[in-house]
Amino acid sequence: MATTTAPAALTNTLTQGQLHSRTPWVVLGLSLTAAAGIVSLMSSGAGTGFSFAGVIALGVLFYLIMIVVISRQVEGRRKATDRFVTAIVTGAFLIAMAPLVSLLFTVVVNGSARFDPLFFSSSMRNVVGEGGGASHAIVGTLLMTGTAAIVSIPIGLFTAIYLVEYGQGRLARAITFFVDVMTGIPSIVAGLFAFAVFALIFGPGVRLGIAGAVALSVLMIPVVVRSCEEMLRVVPNELREASFALGVPKWLTILNVVLPTSAAGIATGIMLSIARVIGETAPLLIVAGFTASMNYNLLADRMQSLPVFVFTSYANQGVDTQAFLDRAWAGALTLILIVMVLNLVARLIARIFAPKLGR
Amino acid sequence: MTATDPNARIVVTLKAKQRLGDVIFSRASRISGIIILVILAAVAVFLTAQSIPAFFADPADLIGSPESLFEYVWPLVFGTLWSATLALLLALPLAVGIALFISHYAPRRLAQILGYVVDLLAAVPSVVFGLWGIGVLAPAVLPAFRWLTDNLGWIPLFAGPVSGTGRTILTAGIVLGVMILPVMTAICREIFIQTPVLHEEAALALGATRWEMITMAVLPFGRPGIISGAMLGLGRALGETMAVAMVLSATGIVTLNLVSSSNPSTIAANIALSFPEAYGVNVNLLIATGLILFIITLIVNSIARYIVNRRKDFSGAN
Repeated sequence: MATTTAPAALTNTLTQGQLHSRTPWVVLGLSLTAAAGIVSLMSSGAGTGFSFAGVIALGVLFYLIMIVVISRQVEGRRKATDRFVTAIVTGAFLIAMAPLVSLLFTVVVNGSARFDPLFFSSSMRNVVGEGGGASHAIVGTLLMTGTAAIVSIPIGLFTAIYLVEYGQGRLARAITFFVDVMTGIPSIVAGLFAFAVFALIFGPGVRLGIAGAVALSVLMIPVVVRSCEEMLRVVPNELREASFALGVPKWLTILNVVLPTSAAGIATGIMLSIARVIGETAPLLIVAGFTASMNYNLLADRMQSLPVFVFTSYANQGVDTQAFLDRAWAGALTLILIVMVLNLVARLIARIFAPKLGR
Repeated sequence: MTATDPNARIVVTLKAKQRLGDVIFSRASRISGIIILVILAAVAVFLTAQSIPAFFADPADLIGSPESLFEYVWPLVFGTLWSATLALLLALPLAVGIALFISHYAPRRLAQILGYVVDLLAAVPSVVFGLWGIGVLAPAVLPAFRWLTDNLGWIPLFAGPVSGTGRTILTAGIVLGVMILPVMTAICREIFIQTPVLHEEAALALGATRWEMITMAVLPFGRPGIISGAMLGLGRALGETMAVAMVLSATGIVTLNLVSSSNPSTIAANIALSFPEAYGVNVNLLIATGLILFIITLIVNSIARYIVNRRKDFSGAN
């Protein structure tokens, strides 16, 4: 009993020579404060505005120097390198977030000016200045993307089924390889292809909604194949074998066992592929052209689409420049909303219904 | 019939009954696969067929009356490769950093959400990137360009004179870099996550810091993923159209100067901007440049896929 030492005298050897877990945050706070002080002094001296970017850049620089110096004194060289890299990696992530935040902010601020009922109810026919809207572009986008989806989904899904359930040998390998290659086709090349095909039939200068749909399906098919294939592959083989053992024919096994099991994943993949092509501008600009009027007919005349609407509103600004710019931004906002909703819903479906796969 | 002869040999070839549904289903799926091959072949054939007239046309008839076809095409090819290289140089370190952050630094609960956030970047249509590049990015980088010219002007890259609008090839490169970040990040992340846990834990157990663990276990394992991600990103950047067409103010010259107002255009952007007004043999000319772009991206993507396919464990989809 006499040998008891006070607990305070005990040093924990496990945490000795380490910075406290809150130290980096304190250092970061101090660095930013110091940077803010310096920048405000400099800006008041030079008579320029206070720059937030400058504060953050300077503050991060201070932090990097400070944390390396401190950590080197307390923890040694190896830990100091580790802390340096941690700061750099985190910084890389934050740098990448900057364009996303800036872009969303700009689009929402500029786009809300004309994000009104008129924008969704009128076309650009006979509009030279203010007013007007993108209803013709929205209808065109829905028609062309819808047609592309109707063509691409069956082809893509059946190809995925072939690759997973039937395919072996050279044909399957060739399809896998060329689907991968097709994923990388530049969208403008898909547009040129559709143009080349339709120009052969209808002569040069052809601009048709259906040609736009063809270009979009060239871009969409490989995405559908890849995502469906991946989803079909994760269906456990035991399910198929159980079905075969019960004497169910192969096609019914696929139809009633494999597809329902992977339905959520397939739905996700299809929505993501739609989200990918709905924002395509270049091929539609080439083969579907642009117009100010509503066109419900895929097989005749030019057809406007939302991305092309954004581009042409920006590129061919009329007398009232601001009205055209506002419409371009409102179109961009609509487009982003559509794409993000598609993406989020797709992720949500995948998350809720995903098969459990471990890590 | 109760006593069956054990020696009786029943010779039955076990062959599944050919049901109509089976036949239809397997044929349909096989035909869909073949359709894809046909489409890809058609893309190549139609582009080639439509671009042949451009090779035999009188150069005087072409856009801008160049002296030869080569003189028209070369600045475009150069611009395409140059802008894509810039994008890759800017985006690759960032992409590796982000992928490491998501896979090994961020808290596990947060990681998946952060992955989605990065994927949201991929969801932004290129035309919106174009608007943002002109409206926000170009004015924002202008002071930095001025600083570069004033202080580093002796390097040919920053020789100036600085463009008044900021719409230079470097700005286009930054926009392209942002646009290819998600695909590169996704592939790097996917392979970093697959690093064998035992390797990581062994490194940590031997006293390695997190960074040492990453250099010893994660990066060597993930190198093919990084390379193929970079190649796929390069492929995207080569073919990206609208953002470049809108952001870049091009004059069609070959220069390495990053910040001046005279910049080379890219193949894709040039097609998008010239096509609506093109007629006659110029349409064939633009299709011919499209064919060149197709071949370039085909080569780049094939290399990427070859590297990916050597590791069958992970897919480079999406």
